[in-house]
Amino acid sequence: MSELFTSEFWLDYGPLLGKASIDTLVMVLSSTLIAYVVGILLAVVLKLTEPNGLKPQPVFNAVLGWVVNMGRSLPFIILLIILIPFTRTIVGTIVGIRGAVVPLAVCAIPFVARMVESSFSDVHPGRIEAAQAFGASTTQIVTKVFLRESLPSLIRGAAITCITLVGYVAMAGAVGAGGLGDVAIRYGYYRYQSDVMIASVLILIIVVQIIQSVFNLIARRIDKR
Amino acid sequence: MIELLGLGKTYQSKHGSFEALKDINLRIDDGDIYGIIGVSGAGKSTLVRCINLLERPTVGQVLIDGIDVTNYQGRQLLDLRSRIGMIFQDFNLFAQRTVLSNVLFPLEVRHDARSEALKQAHNLLKLVGLDGMEKRYPAQLSGGQQQRVSIARALANRPAYLLCDEATSALDSLTTASILALLREINRTLGVTIVIITHAMSVVEAACNKVAVIDGSRIVETGEVASVFAAPTAQITRQLLGLETVAAVEPIDAGETIAAVEPINAVEPINAGEPIGTPATQAPREAVDGDV
Repeated sequence: MSELFTSEFWLDYGPLLGKASIDTLVMVLSSTLIAYVVGILLAVVLKLTEPNGLKPQPVFNAVLGWVVNMGRSLPFIILLIILIPFTRTIVGTIVGIRGAVVPLAVCAIPFVARMVESSFSDVHPGRIEAAQAFGASTTQIVTKVFLRESLPSLIRGAAITCITLVGYVAMAGAVGAGGLGDVAIRYGYYRYQSDVMIASVLILIIVVQIIQSVFNLIARRIDKR
Repeated sequence: MIELLGLGKTYQSKHGSFEALKDINLRIDDGDIYGIIGVSGAGKSTLVRCINLLERPTVGQVLIDGIDVTNYQGRQLLDLRSRIGMIFQDFNLFAQRTVLSNVLFPLEVRHDARSEALKQAHNLLKLVGLDGMEKRYPAQLSGGQQQRVSIARALANRPAYLLCDEATSALDSLTTASILALLREINRTLGVTIVIITHAMSVVEAACNKVAVIDGSRIVETGEVASVFAAPTAQITRQLLGLETVAAVEPIDAGETIAAVEPINAVEPINAGEPIGTPATQAPREAVDGDV
């Protein structure tokens, strides 16, 4: 434990931990990005088709809501395995960063969809009515009202998504994805090198803190309420 | 000219149907400041939303400048709405946009040329007395200032009509007076026909030349403000004018009569000198279904 703070430790394990940190960040950010592209689309569809939405389709909405909930109830580790054939088709491998991003994104999509939908629901209905009264089309209401008015809330939600994914990336590490979770398990757990494990966990804590602070700062900056 | 012909609106719900509007016939001439007054739940908000088709009437027709727009869809509907301005009780400004960007919104929606739009927006902000506030956000403004922004926004497309849905209900009496004065000025200088929905007779008195009284989903009285005020015919009009008191509760069931119970009046008989339309004269009437 004490050798954690010596220069030899960092000479030996610094490059390993540095690469693992970058891998973790790459996996978290790229899967968050993909999850948002699909998740926002799903949230828009859910919001518009709800019974008192702009394009009500109650039956379709209920079915889609049910599918999204199903996606959310699958444990990540199970999803990781179920998706192996799908992952292989899409990125050609099931290991490494590329192999991990697919299940991570798939896992985050329903989560993001619900998060974004709830941000949309916080947009005051009167503002949507005002936009309609000025002749805004549904597409314009989505881009100019829903997305723009809920932007600070969307950014706060993105912080929660990123941090949740940091945890999932660590889990994916156990099945060959790489990253800090992988280092913590391989060196710390299997090889009883608790100093490496502690160092990985400390870096994870710092990563989470940084993500939260950066997103909070951005959200505060742009929130004009 | 706005004409409503035999207009009706029925809402269907699990608990049965509710007629929010019944056989509404109304003509609003160009240049009018037309007040539509009624208590909560009378149907006045539904009525004004039928004009720009935010609500579809179940029966009847809406004619704008003699053209039947009742069944407008798609692009035609959006164009129609952009020609009718609207302001609201809660202002409904976009919180994440500056004052200027709020006023630009209706022009942005129509893809108007940016430079033209900017000029128009600056002129309107000058007109409503908010010169120099372009870069502020709604949260930094008072209620009266926010309503001024929303008036500027509603006028951005140079509409011939302006619909005001309880536009002063969230404002104090001094601010209300200044907003109503602004609406009169807009009517006079820009020739915009204005429809004002309100529950306060004082608003009708201060701003309107004509009035329609709506009660229980029907129009019960219409006419020039002066003549309606001088000789109100409908009971609800007399109540809104404070000339008649309103029962506080439904008559008590005979079976439960207690010796001491007497018919209760909600308010003391109105003092002749009291201003019309004080809240006390309206309070006792229960909302039927909220303010539809």
